[in-house]
Amino acid sequence: MSAKLASHSSGRKIFSTRIAAVVVWAITIIWTIPTVGLFVTSFKSDADILGEPWWKSLLHPKFTLDNYSGVLLGNDTQSLSSGVLPYFINSIVITLPATIFPVVIATMAAYALAWIKFRGSDFVFFSIFALQVVPLQMALVPLLLLFTGGAHIGSIPIFPALGIAGDFAGIWVPHTMFALPLAIYLLHNFIASLPRDLMEAAHVDGANHFKVFRMIVLPLAVPGIAALSIFQFLWVWNDLLVALTFASGTEEVAPINSKLASLVGQYGSGYTALSAGAFITIAVPLIVFFSLQRYFVRGLLAGSVK
Amino acid sequence: MSELISATIPKFTSVFIAIGAFFAILALLFAIAGRVNGKKARPIALTLFLGPALLLLLAGLIIPAIRTIIFSFMNPDSNGWVGFANYTWMLRDPNVKVIMVNTILWIIVVPLFTAALALLLAVMLDRIKHESIPKSLLFMPMAISFVGASIIFKFVYEYRDPTQVQIGLLSSIVDFLGGTPQNWMLSKPLNTFLLMIIYIWTQMGFGMVILSAAIKAVPADIVEASSLDGASGWRLFRNITFPMVKTTFIVVLATGVVGALKVFDIVRTMTGGNFSTNVLANEMYSQVFVQFDQGKGSALAVVLFLLVTPILIYNIRSLRMERTNS
Repeated sequence: MSAKLASHSSGRKIFSTRIAAVVVWAITIIWTIPTVGLFVTSFKSDADILGEPWWKSLLHPKFTLDNYSGVLLGNDTQSLSSGVLPYFINSIVITLPATIFPVVIATMAAYALAWIKFRGSDFVFFSIFALQVVPLQMALVPLLLLFTGGAHIGSIPIFPALGIAGDFAGIWVPHTMFALPLAIYLLHNFIASLPRDLMEAAHVDGANHFKVFRMIVLPLAVPGIAALSIFQFLWVWNDLLVALTFASGTEEVAPINSKLASLVGQYGSGYTALSAGAFITIAVPLIVFFSLQRYFVRGLLAGSVK
Repeated sequence: MSELISATIPKFTSVFIAIGAFFAILALLFAIAGRVNGKKARPIALTLFLGPALLLLLAGLIIPAIRTIIFSFMNPDSNGWVGFANYTWMLRDPNVKVIMVNTILWIIVVPLFTAALALLLAVMLDRIKHESIPKSLLFMPMAISFVGASIIFKFVYEYRDPTQVQIGLLSSIVDFLGGTPQNWMLSKPLNTFLLMIIYIWTQMGFGMVILSAAIKAVPADIVEASSLDGASGWRLFRNITFPMVKTTFIVVLATGVVGALKVFDIVRTMTGGNFSTNVLANEMYSQVFVQFDQGKGSALAVVLFLLVTPILIYNIRSLRMERTNS
């Protein structure tokens, strides 16, 4: 099927097949080598890392798991008193709600914008769409101030200090807020394309919006919701800016990615910790990526190709 | 170990409580609102479905963005007005000049190079067998955080004193080719381009995947017809393929500009913005959280916003056209 498609599509005759294959595979190898390098390095002892480059070590392998046990639990690495395991757990604790909350709220909003008629619907949709490119940086400082001090007009408080700064909730909430524009836009594309007849038939049968949402929209929107969830999961797991701003760097709340960023400063004997720590950090998103790639790609395409 | 477990349990408990409470409240509201019939049913449904998102956007993006604009005209502690001082500072300060030059380099070089390479690969992928394997490997870095990618490239760019073995790939290649390895992160302006490579490495796959889908969507009969007319190679690409994927190509370019403008993690991790590699987004963070100057930091954020405005307008325009066409 795909071979047939390829032979008929427009890549034909632009490049000869052989040149294309050589170039693609050459670039693929170049693209993959850096990650392989980190992976191999993470199994080498400190002296070994400095003693010879990683590709030479492949010829006479003497690999060790010490880096991993060291960086996870912090046994014999002086620079790491407690290891990265607590941060790894924090990442899970941050990522799950920060993925579920925005996806659910965005699904509801996307349904309202697509299937509940109201005046100004277009305006609201355009505004949300426009918010997509507003840099996060525009909102960071005031939002942090809102969490710590609330909002006042003069001396009259109009919004209470939430007291969630430095707490997990203080990271879930900004992630939820910042994810909404893209999430609503992607899901709106998906939900608006569901068959109109189905919705109308359900309403004729006396189903209200809540019932239609639960019984028809949710089941049919699963592919879109799945794609968005993967995207949001990767985004939150890989985020640094929100974590640095809203989580203090401590092992109580800071995620592993920001811990990793702070490890970079400690050089010298830090090679083992750095390579193993980096691989632990990227392992989870890589597993998610490779196992769910198909859904992820489908979601990206829904958002950017018409 | 037991300490770790005792610290972990409350964390997971809070996750379960938060998620549980979230769904419980939703279920309760749905159940109550679902009973309302008649005239009020629609406004209530609308409020419940759209209200939470709008409230969060208002509190989390719109009001803070307005406050940032206000802060940009105030002093470091945001309790006194300074007029345009934070903006005139940008014009006068030599460091900011370097930052602006770098940022402009980023938003020109990175999107163009990313989109061009993505298009080349998308076209070539269309020609080869087993395309899913290289596609997946080229796309993979997208799942890696900028911090992770930076560390991967820290090992690639690693430089050792000439008396020692070079363990970095770049230094080894240069050595092998007869050149002299140098401390790459210190050599300007090369270092900025080496940082850009990290960004391109992570983001190129995204462009390639969506361009590849766009190329596959080009109707086969158009290609057949024009190749029967003798079009091939460059002409086929220029006259048929490229015009058909132009919209997608622009999406890739625009995504690249917005992304490159906001780049922060890579610069912070690799050089901390030193050695003339600093960019706007990193300087904004340092002004607020290192120098504790909310005024200058906010002004930098506003400049960042102004730079994305053209793309914002373009996006809205094309969405409008799309809506009126459909």
